[in-house]
Amino acid sequence: MTTAPKTSTGPAIEMCGVSVGSMRDMDFIAVEGVNWTVARGDFWIISGLQGSGKTDFLMLTGGMMAPAKGCYYSFGEEMPIFEDDRLQERLKLGFVFESGQLFNHLTVSENISLPLRYHHNLTQADTAEETQRLLELTELAPWADSTPGAMARNWQRRVGLARALMLRPEVLLLDNPLAGLDLRHRAWWLNLLEKLSRGHEWMDGRPMTLVVATNDLRAWRGEGRQFALLKDKHFTVLGGWKQVEAANDELVRELAASVPHWD
Amino acid sequence: MQKGNASTFDSPRVRFVMRMPVPQFFANYLGRKLFRLLLTIQGLGAFALITLGVMIKKFGAARHVIRPLVYREISRSGVRLLPMFLFLAVTLGLLIVGQTVSWGSKFGATHTVTQYLGTIMVIGVVRELGPLIAAVLVLARIGTANVVELGTARALGEVEALEALGIDPVHYLVVPRVIGMAVGMFALTVYLIIAALASGYLWAFLQNVPLRPGDYFGQLAAALNGLDFVLLACKTVAFGFIIAIVSCYHGLAQPLRLEEVSYATVRAVAQSVIACVLIDALFIVLYLAT
Repeated sequence: MTTAPKTSTGPAIEMCGVSVGSMRDMDFIAVEGVNWTVARGDFWIISGLQGSGKTDFLMLTGGMMAPAKGCYYSFGEEMPIFEDDRLQERLKLGFVFESGQLFNHLTVSENISLPLRYHHNLTQADTAEETQRLLELTELAPWADSTPGAMARNWQRRVGLARALMLRPEVLLLDNPLAGLDLRHRAWWLNLLEKLSRGHEWMDGRPMTLVVATNDLRAWRGEGRQFALLKDKHFTVLGGWKQVEAANDELVRELAASVPHWD
Repeated sequence: MQKGNASTFDSPRVRFVMRMPVPQFFANYLGRKLFRLLLTIQGLGAFALITLGVMIKKFGAARHVIRPLVYREISRSGVRLLPMFLFLAVTLGLLIVGQTVSWGSKFGATHTVTQYLGTIMVIGVVRELGPLIAAVLVLARIGTANVVELGTARALGEVEALEALGIDPVHYLVVPRVIGMAVGMFALTVYLIIAALASGYLWAFLQNVPLRPGDYFGQLAAALNGLDFVLLACKTVAFGFIIAIVSCYHGLAQPLRLEEVSYATVRAVAQSVIACVLIDALFIVLYLAT
């Protein structure tokens, strides 16, 4: 089922002067003037308080809505993509929702296999092997035949991750993936995302580009990650963790304060 | 994925009209009602066209996913409702025959009733009550469930999840419901009519109406013509299509919060009933014109 990615030119994400509307109200501008470039294999952390527009920003990045202003390219393709013939380009971007947004009438296995079945016209049996691999990767095998409503929220979010990974996206966008998780689940997520960033066997060793939105920078400290801030409708690139620690912005200092041990 | 397929009908203008406070002047009130009606017709029309477009454009696409959903909807809107429909068909036959025979005995027209019982059943059951009762029952049992299911899915963000996965929500959620309800409605109406006509004779027999089975079914055959079958098929499929479109539109086509799902259900039921009655009237006109 593994398919080699098409050769595309351009960075994973490139935005110039983008204004982000809101999924609830397209007349409302959540963020404006975004100039941002994400190279392949980058690991970005977008921080901001609740209501700062992180989810809308990620949804626009994921191609679910058009920029209110400006231009946005992903792998050289102009976004958003709504045409069926260019859909494969958009599916290079995967999205993990904060609340999982699972299909409650389907079992965990069916949730995970649905995107592959739909896009490749396969039966449930055809995708059993791939689904089983993802169930094991996300430690969800015991819940394979349960519906999401029967699971705790910690585990529901993993279903959302497995579903997004099924199509082997080049870029994975994660909306507040650690919110409300206990210590063990946090450690598991951080560990898996680090492996995906470096090159996981699920992606045949290819490094995955990751963009994480969060309202708490502390868990994401470390080298090799790049940080940005959403505040007062503005998007500011902060740089690496050293620049975050040295930042004068009071909000950045608050978000990055007191480093706990997750591992 | 269709551009703007799920949120086309939500805009500040529409929301303003839908949620404005009660106006103080009667003319304003009427104007606002009219404006809302036009917006609803526009929204429903656009949604129906989008659905038809997706049905044609994606015909056969992802059939291993869509076909089981269509079968499930046919089962839900058809097969599973059969016992209730058969019970109602028997009751319908009793009501029509009982009332007719009672009226005939009261006015000494038993002979006339005997002569025209089959014709009365065709006019009452085949042309009018059968399809309309079937539509109302499918609306009550499945149309409302559609609005609640889709409204909840919309409120919980499942539609955004489908879009994020590149799955067209209209193709995955609406098309199977439309096909399933149109097919289910047609099949159920046929069964309802056959059972009601058969039970009609049973009740006539129990009420000692001097009518032989051969004469009764002969009257039925004489009263029916080819146009009845064509119009019946068109009418029932149109009822199924309309109920599915209205219920899916109210559940899916505009952003909903969980607390708004019940209001959306009420609106869908009212608009479906009105739409079905209007279509029924249109078919009467067609029948009279031909």
